[in-house]
Amino acid sequence: MNIGYYPGCALHGSSNDYDQSLKACLGALGVSLQEVKDWICCGATAAHSLNHKLAMALPARNLALAERDGFKQVFAPCPLCSMQLLKVRQAVADDGLRQELSQIVEAELRGDAEVLNLIQLFQNIGEERLKTAVQQPLESMTAACYYGCLLLRPPDVVKFDDCEQPKSMETLLAALGAKTVEWSYQTECCGAGMTMASEDTVLELASKILTNAVEHGANCVVVACPMCHVNLDMKQAAVERKYGKQLNLAVYYLSDVVGLALGLSGEQLGIDRHFVTPAPTSAKTAVAGDPGAKH
Amino acid sequence: MSRIGVFTCWCGENIARTVDVDEVAKQVGELPGVVCSLNYKYMCSDPGQGIVREKIASERLDGIVVASCSPHMHLKTFRKAAQTAGLNPYLVEMANVREQCSWVHHDCGAATSKAIDIIRMSVEKVRNDRALAPISVPVTRRAMVIGGGVAGIQAALDIADAGYEVVMVEREPSIGGKMAGLSETFPTLDCSQCILTPRMVDVGQHPRIKLYSYSEVESVEGFIGNFKVKIRQKPRYVDMSKCTGCGDCWNSCPIKKNPSEFDYGMGNRPAIFIPFPQAVPARPVIDKINCTRLKRGKGCEICAKKCKAGAIDFNDQEKFVEENVGAVVVATGYTLYSISKEQDKKSLSGYGEYGYGKYKDVIDSLQFERLVSASGPTNGVLKRPSDGAIPKHVVFIACVGSRDNAKGVAYCSKICCMYTAKHTMLYKHKVHDGQAHVFYMDIRSGGKGYDEFVRRAIEQDGANYYRGRVSKISQENGKLIVRGADTLAGMPITVEADLVVLASAMRPAPGIEELAQKLNVGYDEHGFLMESHPKLRPVETNTAGVFIAGAVHAPKDIPESVAQASAAASKVQITLAADHLFREPEVAGVSEATCAACYTCVRACAYHAIDRAEVRTGRGVFVKHTARVNPGLCMGCGTCVSVCPSKSIELQGFTEQQIYAMVESMA
Amino acid sequence: MEPSGAITHSARIESLAGSTIANCYQCGKCTAGCPVASRMDLVPNQLIRLLQLGRDDLALNTASIWACVSCLTCSARCPKQVDCAAVLDALREFSLREGKVSPAARTVVAFQRAFLDNIKRNGRLNELELIARFKLDVLLRTRQLAFLFKDAGLAPQLMSRKKLHLVSERARDLEVVGRIYARCAPSFHPSDCKEGNRREPQPSPAEASVEAVAK
Repeated sequence: MNIGYYPGCALHGSSNDYDQSLKACLGALGVSLQEVKDWICCGATAAHSLNHKLAMALPARNLALAERDGFKQVFAPCPLCSMQLLKVRQAVADDGLRQELSQIVEAELRGDAEVLNLIQLFQNIGEERLKTAVQQPLESMTAACYYGCLLLRPPDVVKFDDCEQPKSMETLLAALGAKTVEWSYQTECCGAGMTMASEDTVLELASKILTNAVEHGANCVVVACPMCHVNLDMKQAAVERKYGKQLNLAVYYLSDVVGLALGLSGEQLGIDRHFVTPAPTSAKTAVAGDPGAKH
Repeated sequence: MSRIGVFTCWCGENIARTVDVDEVAKQVGELPGVVCSLNYKYMCSDPGQGIVREKIASERLDGIVVASCSPHMHLKTFRKAAQTAGLNPYLVEMANVREQCSWVHHDCGAATSKAIDIIRMSVEKVRNDRALAPISVPVTRRAMVIGGGVAGIQAALDIADAGYEVVMVEREPSIGGKMAGLSETFPTLDCSQCILTPRMVDVGQHPRIKLYSYSEVESVEGFIGNFKVKIRQKPRYVDMSKCTGCGDCWNSCPIKKNPSEFDYGMGNRPAIFIPFPQAVPARPVIDKINCTRLKRGKGCEICAKKCKAGAIDFNDQEKFVEENVGAVVVATGYTLYSISKEQDKKSLSGYGEYGYGKYKDVIDSLQFERLVSASGPTNGVLKRPSDGAIPKHVVFIACVGSRDNAKGVAYCSKICCMYTAKHTMLYKHKVHDGQAHVFYMDIRSGGKGYDEFVRRAIEQDGANYYRGRVSKISQENGKLIVRGADTLAGMPITVEADLVVLASAMRPAPGIEELAQKLNVGYDEHGFLMESHPKLRPVETNTAGVFIAGAVHAPKDIPESVAQASAAASKVQITLAADHLFREPEVAGVSEATCAACYTCVRACAYHAIDRAEVRTGRGVFVKHTARVNPGLCMGCGTCVSVCPSKSIELQGFTEQQIYAMVESMA
Repeated sequence: MEPSGAITHSARIESLAGSTIANCYQCGKCTAGCPVASRMDLVPNQLIRLLQLGRDDLALNTASIWACVSCLTCSARCPKQVDCAAVLDALREFSLREGKVSPAARTVVAFQRAFLDNIKRNGRLNELELIARFKLDVLLRTRQLAFLFKDAGLAPQLMSRKKLHLVSERARDLEVVGRIYARCAPSFHPSDCKEGNRREPQPSPAEASVEAVAK
């Protein structure tokens, strides 16, 4: 597969455990990722909040670079990145805008490269292929699949799954032998990029999400977004302190879960770098409930 | 030699202000063939008509032109006047010098010239008119009512009581429609079945009503006064002539747990069942999908063994019957917008955020009706579906699917504000310590006593009304959490609910589009059948002889449905009033000698009014194929005339000769 | 509020947001589904209502628009397909341009401005630099030393997990980034719109900085 890899700032920054997880997992599946050369930040929340032109231009440059590199598909593991890329891609169906953006970003933008999120990447690899590649079915995992906001919204831009009752992650996990729960906070926001700017908001929202997952019988949460991971994993201790709760809920990236099923170890996947980690990290005990080696 | 009279009207000052009527009368009087030309202030008035009649007689006129308003206004008036004076009414033309002249121009000189031109053309037209006679069409003096809900029942009873035979076709095993399943109705809080079942019995026992239950309309042919309807009777697997309705069969059926359609899934019914005890006809039907014997071809047969009348017939087949009727009333009613993801139209998408299918205790309004109905699956005790507990907090959400351009339908479903208020009252009357919460956008309560009814729910029965929509229903701590808003106070409102009732949008019953196509009746993008004119002809359709009543036309409540049904019945009675109907003779006619039988006209005709026919000698020897217009169906649109390659079709009153004469008069 | 002759809704916000504000019939579903509505001074439907009444001034200086987490739930569920999230984006942009930012929101604004500035300088986010700049900003403004040390305990935890990069990478084409920023600096035009703006981009080195944007 000739897939361009657009990691985004988070995966090259403090969410590099996600990057490690992806590379290990996809490597085991024989998928090679080539980074888009010279990629820049997609603008994240700051651009669309402060400057609408920049909010279009920054992802436009990245899409153009990916196309210049000859990629037919671009994989963006962070949903904010992937959503912005899709938004630009959709907008440049207007040829006037396409030309204007190409000029602004100094790169010819065609708008034909496909943009994939992590779930779509696994769907492309195929459920059947994943099923046959499973070495250790995740029998003790009862996961709350948490989609967050931007994998599914805006629905007319991302056009992925059902934006109110999504099933794509659950389907993948079922193929890996894991159980999933029906719960109420699949698509509720975790506070996204407000982790530093408004920590209180994040703690309140994260608390609701984690509590609901536990209430519905989950023993871990699975995410496909680096910001969600930070807010639910890194901030879990703060949530517990502020609201007087005992959550002990491991938060896995989807690639962690796939990787564990493929027989990779927690260390290979970077699970030992999470804040809430059960020990030991292996498929058999890939659950929480056990605070284990909490650093 | 023509003797044409032209009568120019002032229409008060509507025409005379802009058009110089004296000049017009003078100039028109000089046109060849015009022997009489005058003007008068109000041609359509009694004296005006008197002048026309008088001149027809005294001047021996053989054609008249009335230069006044649009023929839509008074063509009939002047035709009648001519006829009274002994002139064939189709030798009357109207020159529209008002809507098409004086009302749209300011330049008096130019308007006057134009008026004269218009009249000149009309003179040419009338010169070439032929005397015509209205077309007489025989009438089968029977009616059909499709749909046995309250509207269909009302229409059928009215028509039958007036002395005509009515054939009623109902697709469910029993008549009664949605109203039979309601608990109490607004604004009186009458028990729904108590007021409806006597009517149902009347229909069932009426000597002039022939009821085909568990049947559907298969095809419709013909035209007003002469409809031939094929009805498909679905197999009941029960011989109606033998069955006594004793109930031994459904009481002994071992397959008990099938979700009941009548209870909208809130209760169960056996595989052989009667939908509800007061059903008309009170005879069961076997559900062939769940019945062991019908599924496998053998086994069980307990019902047959128990039946003392020997009425069970596992070999029943669908039957086709034909009925001839003169008029049809469509009263097929409604269904509720489904809150789930499976939808039949791309523009609808359900409400995933309300937990469709996920939460057992999120139900729709008809399901709630069954739960509070005295004859419902819980005998009128409001037990919630998940665990049978009595809910202490019930949230009612209005406008689900309605007034929603994004996921639902743009229109308002009219009845939900009223029945939601009713629901809060029924709830309070049953659960005295319960609290009703209503999330609404507006309160639409325009009927008689309606607003007072809603205020009663709030002021006396303590319902909490919040002005705002609900965004999401979650489950936390085992409770349903409803997140809505109150825009009046400007804040989000969260309610912990034990039960949530969605007031879902009203849509026409499924299958309406196919039925409408069979009847050749127009429908809008939602499937609602189209009336001829929203104000002046609310129960007629553009297909002569087919009338509509009830929710198939638009969302409406029971009083309106009943009123509309009686209105439709009265139109039916007009249609059936005599053995013959008269239609306007401005229809197409084929010159069979020159017709090449290419049948282009047959294919072009939107009214299916042209048949492929044969010309035969008096002794029946075949001469040639031809097209032939059915004057009973032709609507005079002229499409056939324009497509005929051999110019073998003409439209009476609008012949080619006439049109050319009119055009040439302007040259 | 003074009664006005003709009440016209805010065309400029509508134009920037690319959504017809008049369509909103104030059903409140946006407010109902907003995860942070209880933290807002004016809730989303009230903001839209003010814009319908042409009272941008009352909307621009709210803390609400900066409490928004851009979850897009409001836009996704609006029955009239009003893009409420885009309207709030437009309000944020205009509030900065016109210097009307609510005092209560200064922390959030400081973060966003620091972020955008960081990208301009590095092409990709330099987290340490962002944190430092942000904390300094807040410290200078609020003089609360405690803020400087908030979450300081996280630093060693991040380090031990190899999540903290002391030396951060920079994008290679930094000059391009600079030029892109320059071209996107607001040369304010009333008919600015989100998509389909047919005017030629105006690279103006004179007003080439993010400060111009952020002010």
